Amino acid sequence: MTEQDKTAGVAAKQDIISAENLVYAKPALMNDTPMHYCPGCSHGVVHKLIAEVIEEMGMQERAIGISPVGCAVFAYRYIDIDWQEAAHGRAPALACAAKRLWPDRLVFTYQGDGDLACIGTAESIHALNRGDNITIIFVNNAIYGMTGGQMAPTTLMGMKTATCPYGRQADLHGYPIKITEIAASLEGTAYVTRQSVHSVPAIRKAKAAIRKAFECSMKGIGSSLVEIVGTCSSGWKMTPAKANEWMADKMFAFYPPGDLKDVTAQGGK
Amino acid sequence: MEKEILLLKGNEAIAHAAVRCGCDGYFGYPITPQSEVLETLAEIKPWETTGMVVLQAESEVASINMLYGGGGTGKRVMTSSSSVGIALMQEGISYMAGAEVPGLIVNVQRGGPGLGTIQPSQSDYNQATRGGGNGDYNVIVLAPNSVQEMADFVDEGFRLAFKYRTPVMILSDGVIGQMMEKVVLPPFKPRRTEEEIARECPWAANGHGLKSRGVNVITSLELDPAEMEKKNQQLQAKYRLIADNEVRYEMVNCDDADIVIVAFGSAARISHKAMETAREQGRRVGLFRPITLWPFPTDAISALCDRVKGLLTVEINAGQMVFDVRYAAAGRVPVNHYGRLGGIVPDPDEIIAELDKFDLA
Repeated sequence: MTEQDKTAGVAAKQDIISAENLVYAKPALMNDTPMHYCPGCSHGVVHKLIAEVIEEMGMQERAIGISPVGCAVFAYRYIDIDWQEAAHGRAPALACAAKRLWPDRLVFTYQGDGDLACIGTAESIHALNRGDNITIIFVNNAIYGMTGGQMAPTTLMGMKTATCPYGRQADLHGYPIKITEIAASLEGTAYVTRQSVHSVPAIRKAKAAIRKAFECSMKGIGSSLVEIVGTCSSGWKMTPAKANEWMADKMFAFYPPGDLKDVTAQGGK
Repeated sequence: MEKEILLLKGNEAIAHAAVRCGCDGYFGYPITPQSEVLETLAEIKPWETTGMVVLQAESEVASINMLYGGGGTGKRVMTSSSSVGIALMQEGISYMAGAEVPGLIVNVQRGGPGLGTIQPSQSDYNQATRGGGNGDYNVIVLAPNSVQEMADFVDEGFRLAFKYRTPVMILSDGVIGQMMEKVVLPPFKPRRTEEEIARECPWAANGHGLKSRGVNVITSLELDPAEMEKKNQQLQAKYRLIADNEVRYEMVNCDDADIVIVAFGSAARISHKAMETAREQGRRVGLFRPITLWPFPTDAISALCDRVKGLLTVEINAGQMVFDVRYAAAGRVPVNHYGRLGGIVPDPDEIIAELDKFDLA
């Protein structure tokens, strides 16, 4: 290829990137910090959806995010809002105080399965039961990703992890916990839903769910929990494509997607 | 305006003082002997007057993390508990120190170890003055010896917490928390507006003015060792600044004293009586009362050692502050310890008997 050809190619490309051809743009709240997540991980998509919803709601200067301990510990690096980094499991306690002290702010936590459904069970259940006007984004990939693939409270029966290498079995490890079903049973919750981000339709639904949860928080009608059933290609030791298939096949069988509670659909509260 | 003088328990005084000095939120969990703090706040309903938030949390772990979350947004927040509950809070206190989040923690001590007793003790001295949780950090520790100081140290605690962006602890005990005394409550001070908070706390994660100031993140995490060492060195520099500027103590009859009793909090009250009785008997006895336990008045005690013949520490524990006093004395004068355990408070006569154990010849 000659220099002239190269220049022509660049010009052609620039012609394609025109306003009428643009169908997708990165949300302005997502900065350019390279993400630490593994290829195929669900966290990046969920981050993007949160950034889009905050942007669309015009809440950048009124949002407070609480990041967890676990893979999403660095969530604060990627979305340009104010953040607090909580101790393992304690994010809902921080969020409870932040929201009660700043009632006009959008306060949400971002937590994984170990953080929310294991070490932080008390903080999660009681924030939800008090009806704190916060949203909990709960990414459930059934494994401890950051520490290297150990058993989570949500690990499926028979599933192999670093701390149940022969598969999870009831007598040794107990059963996986459906924290979202528990949340739906609590008086304080307004909106409880389970979503995923493994396909374009699923991503659209998950985004609508996050938007509804944030709106419930701002209306002050109770707590919201959005579970995102996610993948962990590294922890599961699968390719990203295979992990998506396995998730739809195995995870959805135990953690079926859909709304578990929606007081706005019942005529409000 | 006339001074408002009330008869209150130490725990009640803390609650009234909090409402009056612009506290934005209290988060706590019941435990003896400090439950009156939360009970008093629930009774006086400050959310209807000043707008102060009052919440009974699900545990002390949650309380301290609510403090972390509220302090991280720049609000004046406090919690209170007693020894067993304070032990549970150490995780959150360490995070607050690491992330430089202000907050006020009240410990109305009881005896340990473990569930121990509900009777008074000063056996959390080491925990309070050495940080208490993981990592290299300190919290400012104020030790009140009266109901009046319980009330006065609330506003002062908040002032120090925000000046240095650090947790501050009021280290009280079951005696001071439960006893009733006359107290002059501080004058009413309004809670700060959002603009005032933004001015005082430009670091706070509350969204205010983000587009002009950039993103604020409250975190104690740093994985780059060089950066983390720098962050720790900055913390240590801050602690040296506090140690240089915030040491407080009280000296009574120390000028001509042969023996000086060193005691804080309720032990200082009892020691004061012992000192008065000993003076009536013709003994030259003084009292040195550390008011800040961290930073400790090391230099002032060291200076005393040039002119006294002995120091007696009186603590309601097995001997904790005595190590700080011996460090200050550096072997120049004998430093004895007297303490009672199990929730027993020493009697002035027992302290006077201890004075006889010094060789004044």
